[in-house]
Amino acid sequence: MTLDDILASLFPNGHQLDIGQAILVGGAELTRHGPIHVLGVHSRAYLGVDDACTLAGRVVEIARSGDKRPILLLIDSASQRMSRRDELLGLSDYLAHLGKALILAGAAGHRVIALLFGGSAAGAFIATALAADTLVALPGAHPEVMDLPSMARVTKLPIAVLEEKAKATPIFAPGLDNLAQTGAVLETWSPDKPLDEQLLALLAEPPAADRRDRLGAERKGRPKAAAIAARIVELALASA
Amino acid sequence: MSSWYEASARQRIEALSDPASFEEFIGPQDREISPHLSLFDLPVQFDDGIVVGRAKLAGKPLMIAAQEGRFMGGAVGEVHGAKLTGLLRAARKLGWPVLILFDTGGVRLQEANAGEMAIAEIMREIVLARSEGVAVIGLIGGRSGCFGGGGLIAGCCSALIISEQGRLSVTGPEVIETNRGAEEFDSKDRALVWRVTGGKHRYLIGAVDHFVEDSNDAFRQAAISALSRPARLDADVLAAEQKRLETRLSRFGALTEARDIWSALGLSRPEAIPSLAAQAFLAESAATRETADDAR
Amino acid sequence: MEKLTFQFETNRIAGGERKQAIIGVVASGNLEVLIERTLPPSQCHIEIATAAHGFGPVWEAVLSDFIARRAAGGLKISINDGGARPDTVALRLAQGVRMIEEDS
Repeated sequence: MTLDDILASLFPNGHQLDIGQAILVGGAELTRHGPIHVLGVHSRAYLGVDDACTLAGRVVEIARSGDKRPILLLIDSASQRMSRRDELLGLSDYLAHLGKALILAGAAGHRVIALLFGGSAAGAFIATALAADTLVALPGAHPEVMDLPSMARVTKLPIAVLEEKAKATPIFAPGLDNLAQTGAVLETWSPDKPLDEQLLALLAEPPAADRRDRLGAERKGRPKAAAIAARIVELALASA
Repeated sequence: MSSWYEASARQRIEALSDPASFEEFIGPQDREISPHLSLFDLPVQFDDGIVVGRAKLAGKPLMIAAQEGRFMGGAVGEVHGAKLTGLLRAARKLGWPVLILFDTGGVRLQEANAGEMAIAEIMREIVLARSEGVAVIGLIGGRSGCFGGGGLIAGCCSALIISEQGRLSVTGPEVIETNRGAEEFDSKDRALVWRVTGGKHRYLIGAVDHFVEDSNDAFRQAAISALSRPARLDADVLAAEQKRLETRLSRFGALTEARDIWSALGLSRPEAIPSLAAQAFLAESAATRETADDAR
Repeated sequence: MEKLTFQFETNRIAGGERKQAIIGVVASGNLEVLIERTLPPSQCHIEIATAAHGFGPVWEAVLSDFIARRAAGGLKISINDGGARPDTVALRLAQGVRMIEEDS
């Protein structure tokens, strides 16, 4: 589904979105719910300091507004922008700030739902889609930490070897199935049903504490994370 | 003077903690190793490259985590990440501050999805803890630096302490070079790497709060100082940070060289900055550096 | 990974009070040694995980030398090897035993 298709299916009565070259900012009326905030990255754009700052600024405004309206993040990005300038200016600050803003908005009573409809990688993935309280995807979405050719270069293993190993485990390779199995993606939406209905269904479920690690355990994608974290808490409380 | 850079994760914890106050959670004897490295025929480490537990610093109880930068470059894998996630959850329950001794190249590629998830979960736990007033302080000065997902976690901390040897960045110079060419970033130019990602530059632009000598004692003193500062994260703090980050872009966004930024800050001899010893650097930068203070 | 196990009988009990010691890091040319005082006093058990295959006889020589020189009775020694040379192995074992010999 293209961005236009998605917007039409989410907001049949139209939207008030400012769609720029790489990011989108604004709001829309969600039928049978009311107005919601909409933000995002599109066209497989790289996320650098400037756009991260703009998006974060809007999230901070929303968090301070007290309106408690849901925030919908639409994501089709590449990775963070890889450039000397972005690092010089402190990209880690900007990406962390965006992530913090989304997480804090969530803690302050806004539902923050990310819909991954294209790509998302590495630092951009963490600062946007993974900072939401709920992440869903459309079929064909392509989340990744790093593409396999780059991984092959860094690990000094042939791509064919990585591809073979990727058949045995969802723990490292790109793709929606792997990120679902490890607990990142809650569910994949159906493009054949109205998207606004699917969003409404999600909004009807009360937000829970972060249970992505437990989801990863249930789905057998991350066998140890939830248990290790829980054991640390247990040991710490027992020793206090 | 004991070098922080040369110390192991366990030695750093020992140096920061009051004597005999450190208690490790899930220590090496528990053998909670990575379930994934055997697929790549890679050796495991019994603590999966991070040491976590509780300790006292100047009599005050806290949680402490130290990444071992020499094991797989300190990279974050499933178990490694989960130990830190759990530690932060416990810290929030108890209301205890947390020290994170960073030494990481980022997500461990052999466990990339688990590592990435862990970064996200850790960031969430830091924000939630800080929203309740819990301080989370990051220390950066090891040989693997604080890169990638580590850099994003650092950006969530309530205070950051760095030495000249420390590096803080998202994309590592080698990866920038591979993707964009040596003209964009010559990763073999060490002076360039430190001008862009190193402790002095980060201190000057306000990306970190304390700049210290490469000594265990200097890190310890800075940590004690950082613990006494407010650490709460709320919408007002975020708004102040938004302003600070917008200001940074408007002041320096058109500049492409670190020295130009230092010049724009008001430093009269930017080319001398890299060679200044710590105390001289602190004196030189005191009046001109960007600060974050409570806008972090 | 190759897993090696060596069992030694010894009449020299490891001194000191500590129950456990950990030394070293799993990095290229290095190794981690975990020592646990969990065995009967006349036994020393050493298990090794290493990515470098086929060096059994070298390990045996280094470990036999270690047992001959140091009091290691009662110690279970577990090693994760990052491709260390014999002298580094010997060093870490010595460091480890020195650590466990400390009084609690």
